[in-house]
This record gives sequence, structure tokens and C-alpha cells, in this order.
Amino acid sequence: MLNQNSKLNPKLFDADVEQAPIRKGFGEGLLAAGEADERVVGLCADLTDSTQMHLFKNKFPKRFVEMGVAEQNLAAVASGMAAMGKIPFITSYAMFSPGRNWEQIRTTICYNDRPVKIAGSHAGVSVGPDGGTHQAIEDIAIMRVIPRMVVLSPCDSIEAKKATIAAAKTKTPVYIRLAREKTPIITTEETPFEIGKAQVLSTSENPMVTIIATGALVHKALVAAKQLENEGVRTEVINLSTIKPLDTETILQSVRKTHKVVTVEEHQVAGGMGSAVAELLAEKEPSRVAFVGVRDQFGQSGKPEELLEHYGMGVSHIIAAVKKIV
Amino acid sequence: MEHLDDQTVKKLEQQANAIRRSIIEMLVAAGSGHTAGPLGMADIFTALYFHSLRHNPKDPLWEDRDRLVLSNGHICPVLYATMAHAGYFPVEKLKTLRSFGSPLQGHPHREWLPGIETSSGPLGSGLSQAVGMALADRIDRGGASGRYVYALLSDGELDCGNTWEAAMLAGKEKLHNLIGIIDRNNIQIDGFTEDIMPLEPLRAKWEAWNWHVLEVNGHDFEEIVGAINEAKSIFEKPTIILAHTIPGKGVPAFEKKFEWHGKPPTKEEGEMALQELSKNA
Repeated sequence: MLNQNSKLNPKLFDADVEQAPIRKGFGEGLLAAGEADERVVGLCADLTDSTQMHLFKNKFPKRFVEMGVAEQNLAAVASGMAAMGKIPFITSYAMFSPGRNWEQIRTTICYNDRPVKIAGSHAGVSVGPDGGTHQAIEDIAIMRVIPRMVVLSPCDSIEAKKATIAAAKTKTPVYIRLAREKTPIITTEETPFEIGKAQVLSTSENPMVTIIATGALVHKALVAAKQLENEGVRTEVINLSTIKPLDTETILQSVRKTHKVVTVEEHQVAGGMGSAVAELLAEKEPSRVAFVGVRDQFGQSGKPEELLEHYGMGVSHIIAAVKKIV
Repeated sequence: MEHLDDQTVKKLEQQANAIRRSIIEMLVAAGSGHTAGPLGMADIFTALYFHSLRHNPKDPLWEDRDRLVLSNGHICPVLYATMAHAGYFPVEKLKTLRSFGSPLQGHPHREWLPGIETSSGPLGSGLSQAVGMALADRIDRGGASGRYVYALLSDGELDCGNTWEAAMLAGKEKLHNLIGIIDRNNIQIDGFTEDIMPLEPLRAKWEAWNWHVLEVNGHDFEEIVGAINEAKSIFEKPTIILAHTIPGKGVPAFEKKFEWHGKPPTKEEGEMALQELSKNA
């Protein structure tokens, strides 16, 4: 049932599937983007290694600026560099950028129409032991609401690399959401990626429910779909790696078959990817929607898997959400 | 210090006076906007646009131009009036300030008016953007190309932590192609700066972040131009110029009163102000 055109990792469902942190793909992508275009510069707020910007910094020390713990300055300095023709990438933990510097991002980057690329690492509760202060679960909401901002949420390390390279080539501000923990590799180098295009990763004949997932939870959505198929519940799984602009065509094409949608994201249900989908469907194709995500709570310390289960974002929760509306 | 001959000073004074009159006229026409800051900064804007700044009103995007970042966007009437008098757009357009569809937005928007480097209004982030420009200039041209980045700041916005983040970075990076000018007029919306949030010792603060600090009378052209020239001769540090100005300068009834920070003159007050200014024309 996997979509052949997506050329997914054949070991996707194996117990020993290769794993890598999504942020790692960002670091590799930034290095590649920097090699391809000398206008690319990197700015980091004292988290160079853990946001994986060190690869770029080591190769291009003169195009790297260490900002110290100053996220407001991080965003606005990047805007100034973009005004001079640079393509700045800025990194920190998502909780601090875009969490702390939202107004600078809105005014100096988006209102000014400067092509700054914001990479927010350590998004989601799967950050784990650091606890709720460091688990960004509101970032999609605060980024997608700003005019001109493109919002990317890659599903694995390979897609993150492609998203980063693509972001460097766009003329708009971009937010790239990254996760800390290792997660299964779903895609391959051959899997198509284009900003603004959603990918149907798996589909059953005459699907009954559309599952739209983003980020690290896409793998769980695929695992859930496989189990549901064995139980006779037919689904179609879409990887929504571009949350804004929304690929309305791919979503509506699927929903016109199912009229039932489950959205899956490691984010507050309020304002997140599911909300973006619901906004579309309410206007264009009213449908039954169930949301898998955090429900108006903060995170806490724990193991990533334990937290995903606690906050209702495990495979079992996706299955339950599908069964509730099927 | 560069000596400006009497004739040059006289011309600059007359230009600043014409700009002040335009500021009054546009604020009366708009019915809202800020009065004290624009009048207080008219001499510095005149010194920049009519003497020190490398720019071309007929080619606003000229790559070799200096970059002027106005951080406290609310004083944009003085920016607009100066740009119009310098030839960026017709002076008649000034009366469209703050009206629907006008390129003269209530706070400056760079996409609406060629020649504006950054859209601004929310305070505290202009210096950061100027630092970014100076950093990029250094990457591309070694920072010694003769292309300077000017950051114009208010004293009130020094309350913002963002300003100090930028100050620290510029000091660390020794951005000598960056020249900051602070409108030290001692007022902000709620009152006098030293009552609202004391900034003194202000000179020591900038020195502590490794800036070269100069202080000038912000209404003395020779001092303003001299300080800018000195800033260009410093190669180890960014320079900040603390420009002591009188808010509302030129109209005695408006001078040194924080109440005039954020309101426009009425029609009658405007006529009185124009009369005052015509005495110096």
C-alpha cells in the first residue's frame, strides 16, 4: 500500500530501521546550501553544535556569526544581512527562536520581506528530559500566522536536508521545524520534495479516512495505517511537510474520497497543522476531523516515547482517532 | 574637525527650517503623528542627507550608497520631509502622510517608499538590523569600502534589551563601518527618560560595550558633521554619537515637553508654529 512514486525506505517498517535526528539533516542541508551559494550565512545563539550548525561553521568560519544568547538580536541582525543580499539561516531551540523573538521575526523579517531562514530545533515533547521549558509545542501556530512566512516540518533527516536546500533557494522567509531525537528514516534520496507539495505516502483502495501527519510523527502515522489496514480500516496517509503554503490540491483530492480526516502533529491542537487543515476543509470540503496533538497542556521531563504516549500522540492514539470517526 | 564655512552652515540651517515647516504642515494635514522627535532631529537629518550621507535620490537602490536605518520609526515625518526636500519624491506628497494608500505610512514601510532601508516602528531592533548590514558589508567588502551604515536611535528605545544585545555584538565584532546616532532628547511617551527608566550614565554604558563614544549638540552642524567624520576615522570600534537635542526644537511652545511626543499640532497650533519658524527662515 506504500505509494511507489514516493520511493520510501523499504526498511521503513522493520524493527531495525535506520534512525537519525531530523536536525542532523538540517546541518547537512545547510552545509550543502552554503557550498552551492556563497550568499548563505549562518547565525547561531550559542547552540551551534546541538542545532547542527557546526558543520557550516567549520567549513565557512567567515560566513558564521556567533550571536551569544540573544535571540531577538539573532532575528534582526539576520534581517539586516538579508537586506545586503545575504541568505541568512538562524538557529536556536524553537522555544527561543521563534519562541522568544516573534515580534522581530514579524517586523524585521516578514514585514520587511527579507528571506531569512529560521531553523527551530528541539520542537515537540520528544525533546524529553529537558522538560516543558524546552519543548516547543506552539511554534507552528506562531509562525504560520505571519504573512509571507513559509512553514516546513520535515518528517525525517533526509527530508530535512532537502527542505533546507530548498529553503535557501526561495525568496521568502522560511521556518523549518526540527526535532532533537533520532527518528526512523522514512524517505530516501529519491523521494520527491518540493516546498508547497504534500506527499501521499500510502494509500488503500477506496480509503475511508485521510491521515495527515507532519514531522517526526509521520512514521507513527504509517505504522498506525498498516495496523488499521490489517483490521480492515482503509486509510490514505499524507506527509504534510509544508504546513504553509498548504497543498490544498493534494489534501482536497484525498478528502473528497474520504470526508474523514485525522491530523497528527507533535504540537498544540490549537493553531497547529490540524487547525490549518481544518480551516481549509471548513471552507472547501466540510468533513469530519479528529486531531492528534497536545491539548492545551505543557510538556514535562521524561523519555520521548513515554511523553508521546502520555500526551496522546502514540500509534494507539492515532488508531483510536481513526476508529472514532471512521 | 571639518570646518564648515558660514555659507554652508547657513544653507543647512535654511534647509532644516524648511524641513521643520514641512513637518508641521504634514502633521496638521494628517491629524495624528509625532511632533517633538521629528522637530528635534531635523538638523541631524539635514546634516546627513544634505552633507554627510552618500546617497542618490534618483537611484535609491544604488549599491554603493550608505545605509541609513531609522530605528525609532515614529519620527518618520522628519525622514519623509528630508527625503522629499532632497529629491526622492515631490514635496506635495508629504500631505498624504498616514492616509490610505499613501507611501508615507504612519510608521515607515520600505516596500511603500523607495529609499527607506527598513520598515520600522516597534522599538529596539533597528540597531540589530544595522549591525547585520555592517557585518554583511564586511563579508563582501572587508568593511573598509567607504560604505557606512548609520543607525538612528531614540533614547527611549534604549529601554529595550534588544538594543543592548546589538550593542554587545557590534562591540565584539569591532564594526567600524557602523555609526550610531542617539537622539538624546530626554523624553519618552510617559515622561522624562530619567524618571521613566534612567539611562545615565549613558556614555559609560556604550564605552563598556567597547564603542567609541562622541557627544554633540544635535543642533550644531559643525559638531554633527565633525563627529561623523571622526567616527569614520576610528578603525577599531563602532562609534555612537550621543546627540543632545531639544524635542520640539524650533517652536518654543513645543520645546522640551514630553506631552508633544506623540500628538500633532491642531490647525491653529500649526499656524502658530509656522509663524515661529518663519522668523528663522
